[in-house]
Amino acid sequence: MEKGKGVMGAGRRWAVDLTDNSTSPCCRDVPDPPGFSRASSDQDDSTVSRQKKEAESTWKSQKAWEVAQAPFKNLLMMGFMMWMAGSTVHLFSIGITFSALWQPISALQGVGKVFEPYKDSKVDLLGPKLLFIALNLGGLALGVWKLNTLGLLPTHASDWVSSLPPAQEVEYSGGGIPLH
Amino acid sequence: MATTSMAVRAFLLLLLVFLSLANLTLSLYEDQVGLVDWHQQYIGKVKDAVFHTQKSGRKRVVVSTEENVIASLDLRHGEIFWRHVLGSNDVVDGIDIALGKYVITLSSEGSILRAWNLPDGQMVWQSFIDGSGASKSLLTVPTNLIVNKENLILVFGKGSLHAVSGIDGEVLWTKDFAAESLEVKHIIQPVGSEAIYVLGFVGSSQFDAYQINPKNGEILKHNSAALSGGYSGEAILASSDILVTLDASRSKLVGISFQDGELNLQQTSISNILGDSSGTPVLLSSKLPGMFSVKLDGGVTLIKVTVEAKLEVMDKISSVVAISDAIPLTEGQQAFALVQHGDGKIHLTVKLSHDLSGDLLKESIVMDNQRGMVHKVFINSYIRTDRSNGFRALIVMEDHSLLLLQQGAIVWSREDGLASIVDVLTSELPVEKEGVSVAKVEENLFEWLKGHLLKLKGTLMLASADDVAAIQERRLKSSEKSKLTRDHNGFRKLLIVLTKAGKLFALHTGYGQVVWSLLLPNLRKSECEFPTGLNIYQWQVPHHHAMDEDPSILIVGRCGQSSDAPGVLSIVDAYTGTEINSMDLVHSISQVIPLPFTDTTEQRLHLLIDGNQHAYLYPRTSEAIDIFQREFSNIYWYSVETKNGIIKGHVLKSNCIQEVVDNYCFESRDIWSIVFPSDSEKIIATVTRKPNEVVHTQAKVIAAEEDLMYKYISKNLLFVATVAPKGSGAIGTATPEESWLTVYLIDTVTGRILHRMTHHGAQGPVHAVFSENWVVYHYFNLRAHRYEMSVIEIYDQSRADNKDVWKLILGKHNLTSPISSYSRPEVVTKSQSYFFTYSVKAIDVTLTAKGITSKQLLVGTIGDQVLALDKRFLDPRRSVNPTPAEKEEGIIPLTDSLPIIPQSYVTHALRVEGLRGIVTVPAKLESTTLVFVYGVDLFFTQLAPSRTYDSLTDDFSYALLLITIVALIAAIFVTWILSEKKELREKWR
Repeated sequence: MEKGKGVMGAGRRWAVDLTDNSTSPCCRDVPDPPGFSRASSDQDDSTVSRQKKEAESTWKSQKAWEVAQAPFKNLLMMGFMMWMAGSTVHLFSIGITFSALWQPISALQGVGKVFEPYKDSKVDLLGPKLLFIALNLGGLALGVWKLNTLGLLPTHASDWVSSLPPAQEVEYSGGGIPLH
Repeated sequence: MATTSMAVRAFLLLLLVFLSLANLTLSLYEDQVGLVDWHQQYIGKVKDAVFHTQKSGRKRVVVSTEENVIASLDLRHGEIFWRHVLGSNDVVDGIDIALGKYVITLSSEGSILRAWNLPDGQMVWQSFIDGSGASKSLLTVPTNLIVNKENLILVFGKGSLHAVSGIDGEVLWTKDFAAESLEVKHIIQPVGSEAIYVLGFVGSSQFDAYQINPKNGEILKHNSAALSGGYSGEAILASSDILVTLDASRSKLVGISFQDGELNLQQTSISNILGDSSGTPVLLSSKLPGMFSVKLDGGVTLIKVTVEAKLEVMDKISSVVAISDAIPLTEGQQAFALVQHGDGKIHLTVKLSHDLSGDLLKESIVMDNQRGMVHKVFINSYIRTDRSNGFRALIVMEDHSLLLLQQGAIVWSREDGLASIVDVLTSELPVEKEGVSVAKVEENLFEWLKGHLLKLKGTLMLASADDVAAIQERRLKSSEKSKLTRDHNGFRKLLIVLTKAGKLFALHTGYGQVVWSLLLPNLRKSECEFPTGLNIYQWQVPHHHAMDEDPSILIVGRCGQSSDAPGVLSIVDAYTGTEINSMDLVHSISQVIPLPFTDTTEQRLHLLIDGNQHAYLYPRTSEAIDIFQREFSNIYWYSVETKNGIIKGHVLKSNCIQEVVDNYCFESRDIWSIVFPSDSEKIIATVTRKPNEVVHTQAKVIAAEEDLMYKYISKNLLFVATVAPKGSGAIGTATPEESWLTVYLIDTVTGRILHRMTHHGAQGPVHAVFSENWVVYHYFNLRAHRYEMSVIEIYDQSRADNKDVWKLILGKHNLTSPISSYSRPEVVTKSQSYFFTYSVKAIDVTLTAKGITSKQLLVGTIGDQVLALDKRFLDPRRSVNPTPAEKEEGIIPLTDSLPIIPQSYVTHALRVEGLRGIVTVPAKLESTTLVFVYGVDLFFTQLAPSRTYDSLTDDFSYALLLITIVALIAAIFVTWILSEKKELREKWR
């Protein structure tokens, strides 16, 4: 390795730096050619990029809104599936309900990631994010509602009492018919 | 709490999922019989035995027993060839063989005469014998009394003499003796005589002899003689013409010769022939030719009777316990056997009746001393190959077991004491202490794999007939089942049973084999000849010290028949069957109350109540008294006096006021009493909840209305059933108008009647079972002419407002705080009645470890089978048209009668003859309960009322599962390798 370095170091005889680092005309050795206006080209460039950027940001915000609205379709789909599943407890309805609960939760966990590609200083993601969260919460609510219609939520007194053991008795009484 | 509730929900969910997948039924498949159940057949204590004559060739003996069983036993192995259980009210009085092919039995106090075919036990004929009076019954089958070509059987029953044809059971003639109030002792037809002699006593001072013409029953001659010294009740026929009796003072023997129409009385003082003795002489009933035997002071004297009714002492034999009847040998000789006890052996001697000096046979047999004394001996002779006489002896022991002795050895023995079980308890087996050795595991692993491979073959339909047999044998004879250690599921237990003979047996639940047995020593003492009131209780059940302490059992009994006889206690180790401690009490025992308290060694405190309402605390330790004093004011007891129709409640007051200070004795004071009017109500049944029952929840969820009801769960509830005095007889003796049944639910602390209901036109007998907050009872409906079952459920209305979810979530409720009966909770009851086809012998309910599993009623039917009836059929909320929500909850549409589903017979094809009781014990596995049914037979099985939701079924193929897993893993590897290769190939492309 050291040898190679040495070779490399020894092999470099000369080098020309063609890049023009200077931007101000004052301290340049060579004057600009006639008809060349440094300032105009600079300005032209910036307008193009600005336009481009604007287009991109509108596209991004548009996309972000689209993404934010995506769970709505999901919601409708879920609602239909739930309606199909019915209100009795069996394998299918349980599966639907749990997926209806799991999807919004996982989506909510990954809110940041979903909107990552549309992150921009100029794009306001708060609106889409809020919509996304709201729709997912709606989906979650739908799932919970389904869970309740299936009777799997402890909302009745019976859910809380059925595990209570019988109360102890203070008195004890025994006896009966005498032995014979 | 939220988690547990959710857990229960999730568990129910899983259960439902499982049930929707598995298509199981409650009934058994044919190959599952004997897998978890066992059935044992017994006959009871043998009363009488008749050997087949040698001509019939087959080596059998016909016996009648105290459990009213007639059975034919194989003499080679003691197996039952055939058996008939006549039932508890059909007592067998006599048994004999007639015509060499019929077994004749006389039963029901001489009113039913039956003939059974000797080889197969089929009934040939049956005769009902009418009579005006009631008397002792006698059966005589004369060997050669032929009248008009018909063999006569002479029966004395209901105060008259009947001659019955041996061929078809027709009553040929009847001679009524009821008017003479004659107590007939013997009926004989002396050889060579034309007449039949009927010998008996009138009152206690007159002897009567009748000569009767066998052709038509006419009295040929009647003689009577006054007995100056009275008559003791014992009379023995010493020879064909001399009757010997003891006078009333038992000091004189009276020989009465009655032949030729002359009564000749000959009195001999006992002291003259037997010498002076303080004991009371007893005439033994063994039939010996020309002789009789008198038992005095443990020894037996054989006395010969001469023709002139003179008595002559032949032999005095000490420590004789039993003498057999004489049997005829060849050449007109007769032989009899006598049995003596001595140093752990029994000595059997067979003597010729005319020559007592020599013994035909003398054998000593080592006898297990847990069998006690010999009670009876029956002998039979056979011709040996060298043409000499061989003898076999059938002996009945004190513990009711039956043994056959031949050639100095016990050929077989039968534990027939188990036919008369009086009480049952269960005990855990010892915990497995040392780990199993590696070698054993390996062997087991190999066996295990082999077994599962076989099973797999079976499931894949590859098994040959031999394999199928091997699979079945493996299933039935699993060594796991009979291990003497505790198992994880709690299926292996000891059933501790107490028999009428005062013997304890520990039966293993695996196959019902006897692990140990103990003839209780303190019930065998001479002063304790007839122990009564026998019961067993759990004395100590160690949980914390399960590794180093054995559980023990308390046996309570009473010496003698009277209720004020002193009690005896005995404490027995449940693992080894050794008596740890025994006590002869100074007080009597009328009740035993196990208290819900244990001391530090986990001994349960017991309160024994004597006849004077004194309560005695056991164990008698200072620690026990400390615990007891702490709870003193909360301990109550009640007594049910069925005779007077009174239920009384008592509370403990203070220490007894006696000459001797006894800190463990307490006086009690009556606090309440319920008096049933004797002209309208008579107590016929009382039932309480089982003390060991576990209740899972106090709430009853009514899903249909999303409502909640609180069960009234109290251990202090007593169910009482009373009937009108006219309706207390047998069914059919009362009209519907004059019979009614009233049921009560009574709080035994305060004496408060919580519920009372009258069924008009109903009659007993009442069988009831009390569990959680419901009672189910069975009775007869006279109007509908059918049996009925009713259910009462009782709910606590005072807790009904505890329905606020938030309060419950935050725990702001008083549902678990201790309650007192004095708070007088408001209760509501619901009830419903249904018809039920069968009459019932016993009812019980399944118990499980945590009380979560739904319950089944176990109904012991009149056919000696056990029917499992889901409690859902006895739900007062059943209606004709249940709403869909109710249906979903599992409410069955109301029908007027309870269904009897043939598959739900727990006993499947078997019968538990003479069924008397059903005992259920929870296993450790919540879904499963163990059921033990006893009567003359024993039956044991496991039940899963809600199916085995918490374990895999026995026929689950672990091998299939294992192979599937292995195959899946292999598939994963193969596909992984393939995909790697493919990826590599694509990279090279």
